[in-house]
Amino acid sequence: MSNATVKELSELLARKACSSVELSQEFINKINGLNKSLGCYITVDAERTLAQAKAADARRAAGNAGVLTGVPLAHKDIFCAKGWLTTCGSKMLGNFVAPYDAHVVERCAAEGMVTLGKTNMDEFAMGSSNETSHFGPVRNPWDQQRVPGGSSGGSAAAVAARLAPAATGTDTGGSIRQPAALTGICGLKPTYGLVSRYGMIAFASSLDQAGPMARSAEDLGLLLNVMAGHDARDSTSLQRPAEDYNRDLAEPLKGLRIGLPKEFFGAGMSADVQKATDAAIAQYQKLGAVPVEVSLPNMNLSVPVYYVLAPAEASSNLSRFDGVRYGHRAAEYGDLLDMYKRSRAEGFGAEVKRRILIGTYVLSHGYYDAYYIRAQKLRRLIAQDFVEAFKTCDVILGPTSPTTAFKFGEKSADPVQMYLSDIYTIAVNLAGLPGMSIPCGFGDGGLPVGLQIIGNYFDEARMLNVAHQYQLATDWHRRAPQGSAS
Amino acid sequence: MALNLEDVRRAAHLARIAIDDAEAEATLAQLTRVFGMIEEMQAVDVSGIEPMAHAQDLMLRLREDKVTEQDQRALFQSSAPETEAGLYLVPKVIE
Repeated sequence: MSNATVKELSELLARKACSSVELSQEFINKINGLNKSLGCYITVDAERTLAQAKAADARRAAGNAGVLTGVPLAHKDIFCAKGWLTTCGSKMLGNFVAPYDAHVVERCAAEGMVTLGKTNMDEFAMGSSNETSHFGPVRNPWDQQRVPGGSSGGSAAAVAARLAPAATGTDTGGSIRQPAALTGICGLKPTYGLVSRYGMIAFASSLDQAGPMARSAEDLGLLLNVMAGHDARDSTSLQRPAEDYNRDLAEPLKGLRIGLPKEFFGAGMSADVQKATDAAIAQYQKLGAVPVEVSLPNMNLSVPVYYVLAPAEASSNLSRFDGVRYGHRAAEYGDLLDMYKRSRAEGFGAEVKRRILIGTYVLSHGYYDAYYIRAQKLRRLIAQDFVEAFKTCDVILGPTSPTTAFKFGEKSADPVQMYLSDIYTIAVNLAGLPGMSIPCGFGDGGLPVGLQIIGNYFDEARMLNVAHQYQLATDWHRRAPQGSAS
Repeated sequence: MALNLEDVRRAAHLARIAIDDAEAEATLAQLTRVFGMIEEMQAVDVSGIEPMAHAQDLMLRLREDKVTEQDQRALFQSSAPETEAGLYLVPKVIE
C-alpha cells in the first residue's frame, strides 16, 4: 500500500478495503526500517499517529468522512503542530513543543488526515541541500551519496522513498520545487497568499508559501483543496472563493501555448537536464501544445535580489529568538546583552548566521537605499517580465534545477554556488506566482530530472491540468527508487 | 564596495550574535563572495520604478476591536528557559 498514491489510498479507505490504522501502521513500520539511513524524519510518534488514525476510522464508520480522511501525511518541521516537537531544523528550537497548530496543520486535521511525523529540513528553511539541518543530513533515496535538495528535503525524500504518500513543504526561493525535482516527485508552490502562513515559522514573509508534495499532479490538487483557504490570522492571506483545483484535470492540451523563456535554456543547465527538458517539451507538442518563445530579461538579477530581500526579512523575523520566551538559552552568560549574543551564537548554525548578517548589513544605516530599496525596485521589474510573458502564453515551462542531485559537500563550501542551484525557481517567488515541479525523466547516473511549470496568478487548476495530461502520457512519476516500493 | 572586518563585527553586534576573531575572518571571506554577486544589481537603472514589497499589493484588513485570544500563559511559558510567578526571567537590567 505504501506505493499507492493519495488518490488510490482515499479510494481504498472509502470502500473499506483497509483502515487508516492499518495504513498508518504500514508507514510507521517502513519509517522504522528506513529512517535511520535516510534521515527524512526528525520526529515520529507512533502512539499519536495511531490515535489520529483510530479517530479517522471512527469518523468514517460514523459516515462523515471527507475525501482524505484517514490518509496519512508528513508535515515539514517548520509547521507548528500542537504537542509535537517543532524544531525548524535548528538547535535553537531543539526542545520546542508547539503550543498550537499552524493553519495548514489545522486544516489537514479537520479533513481527518493523519500526521506521520515531522520531516527534516534545512535550518529555518535556509538551504538547497538539507545539509544545514541541526539534525543531520537527509539522503537522497535514488543515491544515498547525494543530497535530496532543500529546504523541504525531508518531505521530498520521505515521499520518494515511500515513507509517506504526501507531505507538506514550504517554498521561499524554490524549497518545494527543487527538492521535488531532485527526488523525482511532484511539488507545488501556490500563488502567494493562497495558503495561510499562520503557525509556519517565518523565514522571509513576503516570499514564504506553503504547498503540497506528492507523487502525482492529481494528488497535489487533492491536497491543495485541503490546504488553501482564507485565514484572518495571516494578514497576507487572500479572501477568495473556494475552488476545486482538480476541476480541469481532464481538459485536452490542444492549442495550449507553452512559453519557453530563452533565459532558461542558455548556459548553466547541465546537458542531461537539457535533454530531459527538451523531451518533455516534445511530449507536450505531441499532446497538441504550441511552444512560444518568451523572454524574462531580468531573470539574471533574481538571485542577487533574493539574497538581499530574503536575508533582510530573515534578520528581522529571526530577531524573536532571544533565549527569553522559548528556544535555546546559553548555559553561561554575563549581562542581558551577553545572554542574547551567546544564545544566538550557539542556537543558530553557520548558514542562518550568515544570512542574518547579510540582512542586518543591507538594512543598516547608509546601505538601506543602495541594497534593500534597490532590490525591491528590481523585484518589480522581475515580476513585470512575467506579466509581459503571460500575454503570449498560458503556462511557462523550463527546468526546475540546473543539475540533478549533487553530492554531499559539493556546494557547501561556497555559498554562492549553493545559491545558484535555485536560479530557475527564485524569480517565481519574487513575482508571487504559482510554480510546480514534476518528474520528466532521468539524467546521468539514473538521477531524476524535474520539469518546472509556472502559471499565471491563481492559475493552479490549469497548471495541474497541464501536469496531469503529461502524467497520463508518461510514467516518470510512477518510477520508484530501488528498495522503496513494496 | 569592499566589506571589512569592522563591518562584519558591527553587523554581528547589531544582530546580537557573538562572533570571535576566527569566525569574523571566515565570515568576511564568505560575505565578500556573496556581496560580489549582489553587486550585479548596481548595473541596472532603477529610476522611476516603485519598490515592490509584496506580490499582491494588498490593503491590510481591519478587524473588530475585541478580545479573541484566551489566556494561555502557563502553556506558552512551559517552553521558556526560565520563568517565575508567570514572569520571564533575564539577567538584572536595572541596578
